[in-house]
Amino acid sequence: MSRPPGSLRRRLIWQLLALAAVLSLVMYLSIRAVARQAAEAGQDAVLGAAVFAIVEDLRGGPDGVEIDLPYDAFSMLGSVSQDRVFYRIDVSGETATGYGDLPMPGGAAGAAAPVFETVPFRDTDLRVAALASSVLVDRRAVPVVVALGQTRQGQEVIAARTAARAASLGLGFFALAAALALLTAGSALRPVDRLAAAVRRRGPRDLRPVDHPTPRELRPLVLALDGLITRLRTTLDRTETLIAEAAHHIRTPLATVRARAEIALRQAETPEAREALRRVIRAVEESARSASQILDHATVIHRSERRVDEPVDLSALVGRVATAMAATAELRDVTLAAAPVAPGLVTRGDAVLLESALRNLVDNAVKYSEAEGEVTLTLGATGREAEITITDRGRGLSGADAARLADRFRRGPNVGDVIGSGLGLTIVGEVAAAHGGRFAMEEREGGGTCARLWLPLG
Amino acid sequence: MRFLLVEDNEDLAQSVAARLRLDGHAVDRAATLGEAGDCLAAAPYDLILLDISLPDGDGRDFLAGQRRARSDTPVIVMTARSAVSDRIDVLDLGADDYVTKPFDFAELEARCRAVLRRRGGAGQPVQTLAGLSFSPTTATIEIAGETRDLRNRELRLLEILISAPGRIFSKTQLCDRLFSYAESVTDNAIEVYVGRLRRKLEGSGTRIETVRGVGYRLTAE
Repeated sequence: MSRPPGSLRRRLIWQLLALAAVLSLVMYLSIRAVARQAAEAGQDAVLGAAVFAIVEDLRGGPDGVEIDLPYDAFSMLGSVSQDRVFYRIDVSGETATGYGDLPMPGGAAGAAAPVFETVPFRDTDLRVAALASSVLVDRRAVPVVVALGQTRQGQEVIAARTAARAASLGLGFFALAAALALLTAGSALRPVDRLAAAVRRRGPRDLRPVDHPTPRELRPLVLALDGLITRLRTTLDRTETLIAEAAHHIRTPLATVRARAEIALRQAETPEAREALRRVIRAVEESARSASQILDHATVIHRSERRVDEPVDLSALVGRVATAMAATAELRDVTLAAAPVAPGLVTRGDAVLLESALRNLVDNAVKYSEAEGEVTLTLGATGREAEITITDRGRGLSGADAARLADRFRRGPNVGDVIGSGLGLTIVGEVAAAHGGRFAMEEREGGGTCARLWLPLG
Repeated sequence: MRFLLVEDNEDLAQSVAARLRLDGHAVDRAATLGEAGDCLAAAPYDLILLDISLPDGDGRDFLAGQRRARSDTPVIVMTARSAVSDRIDVLDLGADDYVTKPFDFAELEARCRAVLRRRGGAGQPVQTLAGLSFSPTTATIEIAGETRDLRNRELRLLEILISAPGRIFSKTQLCDRLFSYAESVTDNAIEVYVGRLRRKLEGSGTRIETVRGVGYRLTAE
């Protein structure tokens, strides 16, 4: 179909209206035709009776055929309308009396019953009835033909009146049909609207099949929709499983390698062997971190698509992250201080993603701090936004463009030998964007970095 | 410390156990949840290291079961998964902490210590030598009634030295215990921490001696 699909409702209404118009027109035309026929039949009956009456009154006399036009016959005709009447009586083929130019209907000569015909006469149309007979004159049958014509004005008047009535009847019918068409279109399409509303109302994580009651004609659509939902759910589940399995299969052997390498390092005799094993451990650490960040990144993308929208207590979240990261900080003799946070700051979104972003920021701050340094975590609110800051006295950004550090696999020029994947800030940026928030980093006065995360308060 | 390591990967379990024993910990291994239950019934443990996916069930169910049974042995979950949701999940189920494989043993030790400290240091003895009393779980030393806080590396340094007073530890040995292997430090970095700890131990009747060209030892007067 090359035509644009347009509106089903409009199409249905147009089709119903066209159908109603055709039916109204047919009704109008048939009423008019029937009325015309009825009027004609009435005139024919009167004309027929009149022509019979004239023929009855023809007598054979000494001077041939005596014509005595009966008054009754004409008064019968006059009673119908104001139409003019013409007659012609032919005796032995010659016009004996009346209008000689009145056309004689063909076939009248041999017929036992009157023959009717509509013929043009002078400036008008006439309905003519003709009847043949014979009159005895001197015991000889003389053929006579009587033709009686009447103008059709009365009929026209009746026909016009009937047509007017038929027209108003047709219009009324059309109006009624149009109203019914609107109602029909509405009620026929209501199940579609209901189905659409039912699908629209579903939450973002609702991947159950559609169980809304639908008419048989919509079943194929619902089945197709269910099929799509099932495939989507399968894909999402498979992605999740894949991420978990990939993580498991990458990390478990790495853990073994790391433990073995540490044991070997303890037992190593020469500085060369120690150095080599240190490199192995660093490489393991590096690949483990990259794998972990790549998988985290995949998880972030995957979860962002699910659009989880739940209230998240930021105060609790900040506290949780501070507790969880305390050991990591302590290991490097870095003090992790969570400033007393305002309680009850709530945003909407995915707690898992937000925690992942915060951990990445704190991990960065700890990682790039010198031993005995301090990392501070604060939570505040400005207007409709919550602001989380993570500050350190580490090596700073050394002029790197803070915005570009959020690019995938991009690391600053001063990372030195600190192990990292270049995905941490990418994750933070994506989580911020997924929550309608912002993320920025800046160099601190006196050295160090300040990372800020703004989130809309829900 | 006495660990129960619940991990079904034989290779990993063996190397983790060996690595923990190097730091002087006692480690029992369980390859299934069933074995773990048997071990817990037989002996008390300071800490359980629990894997999530085990052949006879989910470590999380085991954890929840332990907590329902009012067994409060601290549990650190070892997870191989990436999703942060997993981590939050296990904390909700009653785990004290979790580490992601592959783990840094220095970090694991720091986490164990933090867990035990949060638990109030039950069963962790205070060590004494001359006028010094040392409480590893609270990271404090007490000298002549005065309490002094130790930073993490000072604490670990003292822990090693006090475990065998009089024994000489090489710079390399100490470095191995104080720094994560993933950090690039030279053996001389240890001197900073020895210097600090010396100052904190002043007046305790103990001191850290330098054995030239060999290493350090803790002696009591």
